[in-house]
Amino acid sequence: MAFREYRIGCIMFGIALSLSMFITVILPGLDISSRSSTKAALEKQLTYGWETGFNYYDPFLQGKDKPIKVTLTKDPATGAAIDKTDAYVFPAGTHFPSGLTHDNILGDAVQKASVDLGKVGLADETKGGVFVVSSTANDTPYIEYATATKGWNVDATLKAADEQFLAGSGKTMFVREGCWWCHTLLPEQTQDWQSFGRPPLVGDFNGESPTTFGSDRKAPDLLHVGSRNSSREWMVMHFFNPRLVQPHSIMPRYDYLWGDVDIDGKPIDLAAWDEHYLEYAEGAHVYPPEVPIPAADSEARMLIDFVLNLK
Amino acid sequence: MLKYLFAKEDDIPQGSAAIFFAVSSIAWFIIGTGLGSFNAAKLAFPDMFHGLYALQFGHMRQVHVHAVIFGWIAMAFAASMMYITPALGNTKLWSEKLGVWNCLLYNIGLCLALALLWSGITSGREYSDHIWPIDLYIAFIMVIPWCVNVWMTILNRRTQGIYTTNWFFAGSMLMLVIVFLIGNMPEFLHLTGLNEAYMTWWFAHNVLGLLITPVAAAITYYIVPKITGNPLYSHRVGHLHFWSIVVFYSTPAAHHLMSSPLPEWLKSFASVEGVLILVPAVAYVCNLLLTMQGRWAMFVENIEIKFTITGVLLAIPLNMQGGFQQTRAINWYIHGTGWIVAHAHLALLGFSTFAEAAAVYYGMQVLLRRKLWSASLANFHFWMLLIGFSLYWVSMTISGLIQGAAKIYEVPYVDVVIAEHPYMIVRWLGGTMVFFGNITWLYNMIMTARAGDPVPVGRQPAEVAYTR
Repeated sequence: MAFREYRIGCIMFGIALSLSMFITVILPGLDISSRSSTKAALEKQLTYGWETGFNYYDPFLQGKDKPIKVTLTKDPATGAAIDKTDAYVFPAGTHFPSGLTHDNILGDAVQKASVDLGKVGLADETKGGVFVVSSTANDTPYIEYATATKGWNVDATLKAADEQFLAGSGKTMFVREGCWWCHTLLPEQTQDWQSFGRPPLVGDFNGESPTTFGSDRKAPDLLHVGSRNSSREWMVMHFFNPRLVQPHSIMPRYDYLWGDVDIDGKPIDLAAWDEHYLEYAEGAHVYPPEVPIPAADSEARMLIDFVLNLK
Repeated sequence: MLKYLFAKEDDIPQGSAAIFFAVSSIAWFIIGTGLGSFNAAKLAFPDMFHGLYALQFGHMRQVHVHAVIFGWIAMAFAASMMYITPALGNTKLWSEKLGVWNCLLYNIGLCLALALLWSGITSGREYSDHIWPIDLYIAFIMVIPWCVNVWMTILNRRTQGIYTTNWFFAGSMLMLVIVFLIGNMPEFLHLTGLNEAYMTWWFAHNVLGLLITPVAAAITYYIVPKITGNPLYSHRVGHLHFWSIVVFYSTPAAHHLMSSPLPEWLKSFASVEGVLILVPAVAYVCNLLLTMQGRWAMFVENIEIKFTITGVLLAIPLNMQGGFQQTRAINWYIHGTGWIVAHAHLALLGFSTFAEAAAVYYGMQVLLRRKLWSASLANFHFWMLLIGFSLYWVSMTISGLIQGAAKIYEVPYVDVVIAEHPYMIVRWLGGTMVFFGNITWLYNMIMTARAGDPVPVGRQPAEVAYTR
């Protein structure tokens, strides 16, 4: 490097860039990592499982390796009536979220309560298990391993469930189908709360990956959409053809997520449906064609479960 | 080009790697803008291509982004570096063979990466959408060999000093490698939560600020003095530009998430640093425009200068927006709206594309030693690009302001969609003009290679542009 100035320049370059990395990577990393999980963060981790983007266990983003969220009104172990409770069922082999496998994700108080009161240390991925989110007397949320504390096992809990939400698999669909290119999951801290609800808090994201905030909003924010609109019928029509319920919508149709057959095993013919729909659009029919109800294992059902679960 | 893959280094003509990269970049530009136009059509008329399930908007949107960033912009940068770096070092490219292999593996990697995004296999992180095996391929097969070629050419130069352009090239490539590997840490190490969200935007900010902006500027630092014959107005101001890029441009990443729940100190710090981006911006624009003194006629007469200076002029609104739109006072209004989409296209389709197009036009003529086949077609390309881009920019800025107003007045979202409809049509029109302009460019370049008049030894293409 012939000139002394170049040597000095290289050193200065290294110092400047290192300082910049220290301030913009290390310091924020330390600060963010020290924040404690909120209840929302625990619920999200237990709903979405380990990782929703590309990963070893679901390389083609088909919604595999995800827990099932259930609502219970009776105790799966005893059959006794209980208050309506959300439980998160991890069938054997489903990978746990980071908060259950690493002790630095939840935050100190939440981690301690989850281990001492929630017995999460006893949980084992290979055996699966059922989890719930609880709170201590002073309102610290924690994860409770209900299989150990209440004797709720996977099969009995799924059987006792009033409703099952495949919301974890649904988030995989949300990521794969690019919903987040238009719908944000981030009510802004300024004007947005009037329309889209409470902006998230700093501890709402611990253990979630990816967070899919979205940046380019071309459609309503969805973070609390399940609170604004909880109609499954509306969602089914809207995902099949948004123009059925909102004539001015520019959302693509997601009818291909229905798969080959509907819930009754009847084959779905999208071309025939579209033909009928076009005739309806031209005024030949009074009503649009009937929208098929998605099959229980269809990708459409997963995605609708995810959206309805965004409370 | 493929015949050189297994040739001896000495048998490969100088400039082969640059030509290979340049032609690839134009092809990717056509693909990328074609996809952009296709996507824009669906935002105006959602059922227009109904039935083409293989090309769903949610899958094609990121294919457009990565085709233009990795295909057009980065490959045009590689093409520029492969001929400008040796020219400024008065030497040969360190290894043409490495360059040719680099370009082949680059194209293969990009096809693979885009095919995966197309099929929905994604990390779910904007701008770092590629899955981590592809990230590693990009870093170690596509980018590092390119860096090595640039760095070794500079080390083996036969001049004493290093000209501004080459410091930018060498420094930006180093910063790119660092930013790419650190920015994808969330995928390599499975970082989660706000760390993941913040690192996503840390990557997105720095890959633009430490690669695209400085390299595009570096290209103009070469093209303007080279073609006008004027020396650079001030090397000291060039120093100021370079160092303020390193110090100020590498720090405001958090200003992309001003309305998210990041720590407040981080947002305030980022916002102040974000305004300081005006230091390199003003230094750069002044330096280039003052270099044009006495040669402004070339802005009209010479196609490369026309492209370059248009790019430099577009850097003025770009940086004025960039410096101020991220402050808390303004950001809440335009965050997440079409304004930002317009701003991103001002940076990539405005400023940097015009600079790169100039470098590719000039490089192809110099390396092939052939005069541009048709100056008229090149002018047609320029105006298609400029008018198409302007339509896009203005329409998206307006639609962003509509969205901003709707935030205050709590308008039902569908009314925003209805109000934006005409601007979505204009955006589509603008994007389509850019796409068709680029097709004429490729044709012009192919004809230049086949039938362009030879440029006499010792003459510049610009000197013989109007001689028959």
